[in-house]
Amino acid sequence: MCAMRPEPGHEPGDNGPGNLDRPGYPSPSQQGWKAVLTPEEIRRALSRIAHEILERTHGGEGMVLLGIPTRGVYLARRLAARIGEFEGAPAPVGSLDVTMHRDDLRLRPARALQRTEVPPDGVDGKIVVLVDDVLFSGRTVRAALDALNDLGRPKSVQLAVLVDRGHRELPIRADYVGKNLPTAHREAVRVLLTELDGEDSVLLGERDQ
Amino acid sequence: MNRHLISAGDLSRDDAVLILDTAAELASVADRPIKKLPTLRGRTVVNLFYEDSTRTRTSFEAAAKRLSADVINFSAKGSSVAKGESLKDTALTLEAMGSDAIVVRHPASGAPRRLADWVSGRVINAGDGTHEHPTQALLDAFTIRQRLVGPDQRGKALDGVRVTIVGDVLHSRVARSNVLLLDTLGAEVTVVAPPTLMPWAIETWPCKASYDFDAELRKSDVVMMLRVQQERMSAAFFPTVREYRRRYGLDTGRMALLPEHAIVMHPGPMNRGVEIAAEVADSPRSTIVAQVANGVTVRMAVLYLMLGGATEETL
Repeated sequence: MCAMRPEPGHEPGDNGPGNLDRPGYPSPSQQGWKAVLTPEEIRRALSRIAHEILERTHGGEGMVLLGIPTRGVYLARRLAARIGEFEGAPAPVGSLDVTMHRDDLRLRPARALQRTEVPPDGVDGKIVVLVDDVLFSGRTVRAALDALNDLGRPKSVQLAVLVDRGHRELPIRADYVGKNLPTAHREAVRVLLTELDGEDSVLLGERDQ
Repeated sequence: MNRHLISAGDLSRDDAVLILDTAAELASVADRPIKKLPTLRGRTVVNLFYEDSTRTRTSFEAAAKRLSADVINFSAKGSSVAKGESLKDTALTLEAMGSDAIVVRHPASGAPRRLADWVSGRVINAGDGTHEHPTQALLDAFTIRQRLVGPDQRGKALDGVRVTIVGDVLHSRVARSNVLLLDTLGAEVTVVAPPTLMPWAIETWPCKASYDFDAELRKSDVVMMLRVQQERMSAAFFPTVREYRRRYGLDTGRMALLPEHAIVMHPGPMNRGVEIAAEVADSPRSTIVAQVANGVTVRMAVLYLMLGGATEETL
């Protein structure tokens, strides 16, 4: 019985950012979790990525930011706001749910879907920058590339992540990285964002057994 | 949610809202250049139909195909059923061919429940006799939420929405499923029928009952007209079609009694000029075409949630 339960948040592999409502989700004060990025460092990393995106896309012409739910969406919105501050024109921003394209769907009960919102101009001929919080196995990004394929044909696709923790299982790399964080495979990385979690932080700890 | 979808009453409020939310996200797939998702690749859905149906069968077929499942359509006509094969043997045969889910429509109330005991895959009730039609209720609830709750509908139920279901309640599996589901979602349901078409023990249903259509119309957010089911009527339940239409049909005069925002629904197929006037069916208040489109989306949501994840019993 109980074949379907809503699971809040997206869960890349077994390392994904969960939700504070979930039992076992660490609060920063909890033992065994240490902060590896402060709010200041997150802010600076996003500003730098925004500048790098503008540089690489020659001022952001024809560029669309698509966040991968849950936390990638908030990061994409922050990047769009930064780009708006730097260039005067806000960048188009949306979200791309990858649940239906995941390769691990059959490993756990069916998950609730997150929102896919594409800016009105679509993605055809655009430079799409995918935004996620943690890059780990690369499987979420592969699913995102498939999902994007069904929405249209971008001119090119780039990837921005707040944290690259290594351990790739697919030939995928990020174009923009907030912080390269060497981790052991048994460790877990959690990103907390003010919009959802009440504070900005990146935490490193032991994965649940 | 349960392993099978037999009755709308089996769904908890959270399950029902999850299905509606999933459907709301899947609705955007219909607007995309590629109307297909890879999620159910390699799964097989059997449509096992012992009764005639156009919209339900094609709707399930479209839903399964949009999710990339393989679909086997089985209709009792022209099959071994004509040679006397039982429901159990037919189902076991189809399951031996590798079906993961059976969508079943059967003239006997309770057939899907029996089927669920025999097969190891999922069973989805697509209408059994005069008992239930849960996916119809889900698509009706989805349509009501879309029209009355609006774009910010995610996570919301139908609390306080006043729904009046009118017509042949006695024979209607659509009415049964809707009363159960809409009550679960917090709506206030009233059924209106002539005394001869009011089910026995209606007072045990989670709804109010009335014989006075006009009085109920004025306080309805939703009017759901039911089809007069000539094929299930073994006796004379009303004197003439004309008299039925005069007392329980929805014409333009009656539609004018409805509040400004109210919508008119019909599960189809309609008897134009009997329970619903053609002008009403084609008016902007009517959601009849939207209901058909929403049927595909809602069935996609049900198939995804039942077949998309792990299938182990332990989950």
